[in-house]
Amino acid sequence: MFALYGYQEIFLEGAWLTLQVALLSLVLSVALGLLAALAKLSHSTILKTIATLYTTIIRGIPDLILMLLIFFGGQLLINDMSYTLNEWLNETITGYYPTHEWTAYLPEYIDISPYFAGIITIGFIFGAYMAETFRGAILSVDKGQLEAATAYGMNKYKRFFRVMFPQMMRHALPGLGNNWLVLLKTTALVSIIGLQDMVKIAGDASGSTQKPFTFYLVVALVFLFYTAVSTSVLKWAERKYSIQTR
Amino acid sequence: MTVPTLSIKNLHKSFADNQVLKGIDLDAHKGDVISILGASGSGKSTLLRCVNLLETPTSGDILVNGELIEMKQDIKRGAIPASNKQVERIRSRLAMVFQSFNLWSHLSVLENVIEAPVHVLGVPKKEAIVKAEALLQRVGLYERKDYYPGQLSGGQQQRVAIARALAVEPEVMLFDEPTSALDPELVGEVLTVMRDLAEEGRTMLVVTHEMAFARDVSNKVLFLHQGLVEEQGKPEDIFTNPSSERFKQFISTVY
Repeated sequence: MFALYGYQEIFLEGAWLTLQVALLSLVLSVALGLLAALAKLSHSTILKTIATLYTTIIRGIPDLILMLLIFFGGQLLINDMSYTLNEWLNETITGYYPTHEWTAYLPEYIDISPYFAGIITIGFIFGAYMAETFRGAILSVDKGQLEAATAYGMNKYKRFFRVMFPQMMRHALPGLGNNWLVLLKTTALVSIIGLQDMVKIAGDASGSTQKPFTFYLVVALVFLFYTAVSTSVLKWAERKYSIQTR
Repeated sequence: MTVPTLSIKNLHKSFADNQVLKGIDLDAHKGDVISILGASGSGKSTLLRCVNLLETPTSGDILVNGELIEMKQDIKRGAIPASNKQVERIRSRLAMVFQSFNLWSHLSVLENVIEAPVHVLGVPKKEAIVKAEALLQRVGLYERKDYYPGQLSGGQQQRVAIARALAVEPEVMLFDEPTSALDPELVGEVLTVMRDLAEEGRTMLVVTHEMAFARDVSNKVLFLHQGLVEEQGKPEDIFTNPSSERFKQFISTVY
């Protein structure tokens, strides 16, 4: 297809990986964002507090720092937890069977794959931004629309999925699209936790070929391609949804 | 004596310190068309919205076909329905037509009409569509079945809303000022449909400012004043011979 000093194939794989990470993070962030938005608008003080803490903390810390904190901190946390659980299980069992030999029921060291760490981190960060987009969208749905749903006997789940969700998406789409573009570009950060995305590959390749400008230019063009395609898809979606409004 | 289709007993409703309804009693039998009149702030819309629990009554009983809507006391929120399931089931039998139509704007006209039958009552979609098309035919909007509410005039939207209400074969139809948001030239088309419904024996509760409708179509009129029933009776009696001074005044100002 195109020659890149022998790096073309691995580079294409990296470009595909970038897209995967972005799309999966998007799914996670939309789910988290919806939950956080609903929590913020709920009557429960506890849910409200948790959601507000989540969005305030996440939006107040640079993405790069968060990624490092969650990747390394998550690693520590999971291993500490599995260590503690192992100890506790063994102690409990020894209490009943004194002859019991120490066994590692949970793996003694869990290595978080950078792939999932990246997706979880980006999904987590953008969930906070999505929460604000969705909160605004939920508030802009006309109350009468939900009242009609209530009056015709819908329960709260039907009310949400059959009326609230389709109507709020119309209002959420512009903000959602904006968040998606920023999210897509943020995937460039996953290279720092060792994921073989196209940014990491470009870095490695420019080191060995001494052609950093060429490689980073290609990375830039691929991102530009992704965002251009996204923008036209979003335009189409917005048009499709706006047909139904006056 | 038959069981009333809808029975309201000693209904009270307060918002914080503001008492809106101070003990209302009302029975609607099958085929009754009851007009509820009153100045703004008299509590007439609140009364209608309490019937299907869009507003939760502070106290009092509501019975639909003799079935009492069970309430319980909550420390924070006061009186609340004891069973959401029961309330949802009863609501699905009482269709409401709103002042601002409230058609679901993301659904086409036809989809609006089949939504509750299919997704609340579990009617097979094909069956619901056949029925919805007949109802739209009836309100004169069959040709507009694939339009979205935003593409229709107010009068047309309200007629679709009436078709949506008829689609659930309601025990009682609740009309909350159905013509108040309409331009004067569009009021007639909606009232004509409502007259038809009254004539075919639908049980209707109508909050309205349309004196002619109250006088000519309904068989019972209720006049509310400051949360109480100030005057009630057959329209031919109370319009010609009102016993309450306030109702006399009300008629003279509205006419």
